[in-house]
Amino acid sequence: MGGVRLRGFGWRHAGRRAWAVRGVDLRVERGERVLLLGGSGAGKSTLLAALAGLLPEDSGEQEGTIEVDGRPPHAAREQVGIVFQDPQTQLVMARCGDDVAFGLENRAVPAEEIWPRVNETLARVGFPYHRDRPTAALSGGEQQRLALAGVLALRPGLLLLDEPTANLDPGGAALIRSAVADALDDDTTLVLVEHRVAEALPLVDRVVVLEPGGGVRADGTPEAVFGAYGTALADEGVWVPGRTVSPRRAAAPAGDVLLTTERLGLPPRLADTDLEVRAGEALAVLGRNGAGKSTLALLLGGLLRPGTGRVTARPELAGADARTPPHRWPAPALARRIGSVFQDPEHQFVTGTVFDELALGPRRTGAAEAAVRDRVDELLHRLRLAGLAGANPYTLSGGEARRLSVATALATAPRLLICDEPTFGQDRRTWRELVELFADLRDGGHGLVAVTHDAEFVAALADRTVTLDRPPATPDGTAETAAGVRR
Amino acid sequence: MISLQPVARADAPLARRNPVAKLTAALLFTFALMTTLDPVAPAIAIAVELAVLPLFGLRPRELARRAWPLLAGAGGILVTLVLFAADRSGRVLLDAGPVVVTSGVLLTALGLVLRLFAVALPGVIVFATTDPTDLADALVQNAKAPARFAIGALAAFRLLPLLGQEWQMITMARRARGVQAGRNPVAKLRLFVSTAFTLLVGAIRRGIRLAVAMDARGFDAGGARTFARRQHFGPADWLLVVGATALAGAALGVSIALGTFRPLIG
Repeated sequence: MGGVRLRGFGWRHAGRRAWAVRGVDLRVERGERVLLLGGSGAGKSTLLAALAGLLPEDSGEQEGTIEVDGRPPHAAREQVGIVFQDPQTQLVMARCGDDVAFGLENRAVPAEEIWPRVNETLARVGFPYHRDRPTAALSGGEQQRLALAGVLALRPGLLLLDEPTANLDPGGAALIRSAVADALDDDTTLVLVEHRVAEALPLVDRVVVLEPGGGVRADGTPEAVFGAYGTALADEGVWVPGRTVSPRRAAAPAGDVLLTTERLGLPPRLADTDLEVRAGEALAVLGRNGAGKSTLALLLGGLLRPGTGRVTARPELAGADARTPPHRWPAPALARRIGSVFQDPEHQFVTGTVFDELALGPRRTGAAEAAVRDRVDELLHRLRLAGLAGANPYTLSGGEARRLSVATALATAPRLLICDEPTFGQDRRTWRELVELFADLRDGGHGLVAVTHDAEFVAALADRTVTLDRPPATPDGTAETAAGVRR
Repeated sequence: MISLQPVARADAPLARRNPVAKLTAALLFTFALMTTLDPVAPAIAIAVELAVLPLFGLRPRELARRAWPLLAGAGGILVTLVLFAADRSGRVLLDAGPVVVTSGVLLTALGLVLRLFAVALPGVIVFATTDPTDLADALVQNAKAPARFAIGALAAFRLLPLLGQEWQMITMARRARGVQAGRNPVAKLRLFVSTAFTLLVGAIRRGIRLAVAMDARGFDAGGARTFARRQHFGPADWLLVVGATALAGAALGVSIALGTFRPLIG
């Protein structure tokens, strides 16, 4: 059960000129644990979808053969389980137990067997709540554990995990990895796609690297693969373990204060916070999930009205407008002074092409067309987007979309840049480019605030950190006034 | 905020009935009332509806909170008819320049408002006392609705509350880009359309991801499914359907006996 065999396998999505994956020869025996690697665009997710039997014949063109248990994948579907990245779009039902039962109902498991299996699987993944708990009340990590339970309840011989921790904070990601490690039977085959290689290695005994142009580049134990190909893989964006990035410290001490907050809060999302944001300094805002980091970013960005206290912009940032709080500035004035980069890049896209997307801000703030063109060209080159000027922003890969969202915030040359989890789910190459870019901006006298869970990013870039505490909830659900900041 | 969760006490005798029975009873009751234009039958129906509230475990305040759009609609009907109705027959009650309020106008308006409430309340009561999961289960098991439709709609419903948060995020992200309508109504409308488009694109992508995840767990297998949660349709459920039909018939009967019955057609 659960063996995989590919011979010269390739898949081209309908309407695309390039093959998503091609020329893959691979044999995985039952019970093997495989980490599937490859630079972005190497076709890892397509390969998993093919193994899960989720590529309908009419949705593209196939080359070679692909077999699960000696059968085409769509015929072996009941043998295969797959967990995706986004927990929100994997849960079907309103109550946790019902969600695990969903797959069992679909596979026509007799009704009297369903609830014992649901309970057993929830216990196996270490799910801490009763099965009647609403799925909406779970954190991202808990939702993902539930999604895993929903798949494991079907007792798949082949388990496919497509970056199951990419959307989770470090605590949630650790929960998933331990659940996978504890819940897998010895004869279950595992194929895992994961950017963060060091964290994934304890789960696997074999590494397979896909070549972006087609075929398999490397295949073997982690030691053998990283010993022979480590440097090349790291350059292509794979997070090869044991390779740290040298930190970029500030070239000069921090400059003028740009923005201050006094007892700034938004009950019940953010407890009162006092901090200063300076030019020429990278400030990292840390804290657990639910501490209000994203809320703080929106408040600093002039996008939310404070619930308590205030945000004050200094004349160095706002000129004559320093007397009004940022959330009351007109949008074009705001965009010239404070740039915001959102966690989900797609929220930010307004136009139909990458070029227009970058030109939007400068045009809005009244720049001449020739100046707009120069600015856009400069950003396209600096953020490695030059070949994509005519592409639709929604068709970009994760790394490209992230670079574009940062570029759009920079297009109006704001003195202060506020980023919410800018490195989330990024490959090593984009990650390093972001660190270099932010460091250059800081050394050029810009202020930078980054809300982040990424310890390596903090180590590589941050000059100062602020850690938010979770707002203490009072019985009526509002937060108490408390010092929310530790330094 | 769109609330889909039931607000009633779940152990009330009628709230506990099979969701399909409740839905059928409400539909039959409503259709019977829609056959007449008179105010008497709807008035009786509303009295019946309010009388059975305790059996559904609903307090009037909870019902009012759920039904407030109806109250707003009723107000709108009253104002519109009083100002614009062509039929100005009957005794003049108020003559204030262009506004002439007559007894005929008031009666017509009252009839419409009563009909609106009588027809809408059963639906409000059913959804206020029914868990969406139970409804989907019962539709599949007792009404033989396709699971692809009923469970699919249920899963989509779960994503609805996300739309409100998404809208707020998109609006803020646009302000950060320097895009804000200000006071110009044309710019406001254009921004609304483009925000809605972004929201729609995101919703469709999420919908596709959810559909793939559901199919990966065998939802598209097409064979027989089993049911983890059984829904029973028993004698008490039949009684609810028959009772609702009888009560609607009685309301129409009284209206006919009093001579106020005005059929919708004919």
